[in-house]
Amino acid sequence: MTDVRVLVGTRKGAFILTSDGKRQNWRVDGPHFAGFEMYHLKGSPVDPNRLYASQSSGWFGQLIQRSNDGGKSWDTVGNEFTYDGIAGTHTWYDGTPHPWEFKRVWHLEPSLTDPDTVYAGVEDAALFKSTDGGTNWLELSGLRKHNTGPSWQPGAGGMCLHTILLDPSNPLRIYVAISAAGAFRTDDGGVTWKPINKGLVSDFMPDPNGETGHCVHRIAFHPSKPDVLFMQKHWDVMRTDNAGDLWTEVSDNLPSDFGFPIDVHAHEPETIYVVPIKSDSEHFPPDGKLRVYRSRTGGNEWEALTNGLPQQDCYVNVLRDAMAVDSLDSCGVYFGTTGGQVYVSADNGDKWAPIVRDLPAVLSVEVQTLQ
Amino acid sequence: MSSPRSHCAVRVALPYHLRNLARVDSEVEIDVAEPVTQRTLLNALETKFPMLRGTIRDHVTHKRRPFLRFFACGMDLSLEPPDSLLPEEVAAGAEPYLVVGAIAGG
Repeated sequence: MTDVRVLVGTRKGAFILTSDGKRQNWRVDGPHFAGFEMYHLKGSPVDPNRLYASQSSGWFGQLIQRSNDGGKSWDTVGNEFTYDGIAGTHTWYDGTPHPWEFKRVWHLEPSLTDPDTVYAGVEDAALFKSTDGGTNWLELSGLRKHNTGPSWQPGAGGMCLHTILLDPSNPLRIYVAISAAGAFRTDDGGVTWKPINKGLVSDFMPDPNGETGHCVHRIAFHPSKPDVLFMQKHWDVMRTDNAGDLWTEVSDNLPSDFGFPIDVHAHEPETIYVVPIKSDSEHFPPDGKLRVYRSRTGGNEWEALTNGLPQQDCYVNVLRDAMAVDSLDSCGVYFGTTGGQVYVSADNGDKWAPIVRDLPAVLSVEVQTLQ
Repeated sequence: MSSPRSHCAVRVALPYHLRNLARVDSEVEIDVAEPVTQRTLLNALETKFPMLRGTIRDHVTHKRRPFLRFFACGMDLSLEPPDSLLPEEVAAGAEPYLVVGAIAGG
């Protein structure tokens, strides 16, 4: 028997949605941590009952929660995120130097091999690692201390490290993405990092082809092809076939190439999903029609997926961490909206249905396939 | 003549979210070694309820979080030096020390 568990972070708490493999009837548990902004929840690949959650509040700061029973109970673990050494400065919106200040954890990425090891992507942009189940956190400061670090500037949502991809074929390789610094890669377990932004073009920058400064919204890969990355940039959907050494645009016939999430089918490494948004000034779907776009060719050839999604008067957004796939034979695709809906497709995106319609604004969606 | 105290049972009222985090549903009583100051009180509070570390004051600088204030005996103590003695009524447990979240947001 296979079940799925969907971990949903919202502006006002976390929700856990569960179903069997048919993904038709759902149980909704929550809110957990009611009233708190739950930026992200994610389970360990090696111990699915080990969950980590980022709990944030403008009043009370950052908290990290850990569960050992699939979210039935939680323990508050370590929340001390102290930058390594003298934090220094990055560049503020107005171009002046600004001290690096910890604000919150955007993304938690559990290790592929050890349930007690987990990475945290934080604002202001940095990568932290815990090897004791989230009790203590140490910065992998080679990233922030890259010689371009002082020039990094925040995007409108803050200078967040929002994407962490762990290469399953190479434990020393990690990819991260930062708004608005760009994408970076380490090949030595996080000691040293290199920007991987060649081929990206951002017209708002003084040098549109700059080494850093690109507002990368999300990157994704298929575990069987970790050198092939897909990116939703501020504008443009991109791909690389050489681990980020060179990117090419694959937006082609999308109605808009602005958006936030991007994800890859669980069994088809060249099938990818995006949710186009009208523009950086109007964060809602073009024409009031909520459409997921799927490419079965790794980009460039896109088809609109609309069956079951609202096709009029829809003005929600789908945030960067709010899309996920399960690994059932018929791949399930999930996304949450700022209007509080969480949609599921149990057939690769062909048909959609809401699991819930009226949650708080959804910040993140992750899926666990439970055997 | 009463004997000098070395420890005080101090009452602390936490805001709703911190009560949930600490898994308490009302005021908490904490044992504070004298002198009873905001620093020693918060140290004792965080020792008894480690999940509150970082939620009231910064881990490193110990600065009060901006959207919280401290009150007792009808006085706003938020800007008092952390090592100033708290009112005797607080040290004696007659009055609670209030950690209050700002009425902010929408």
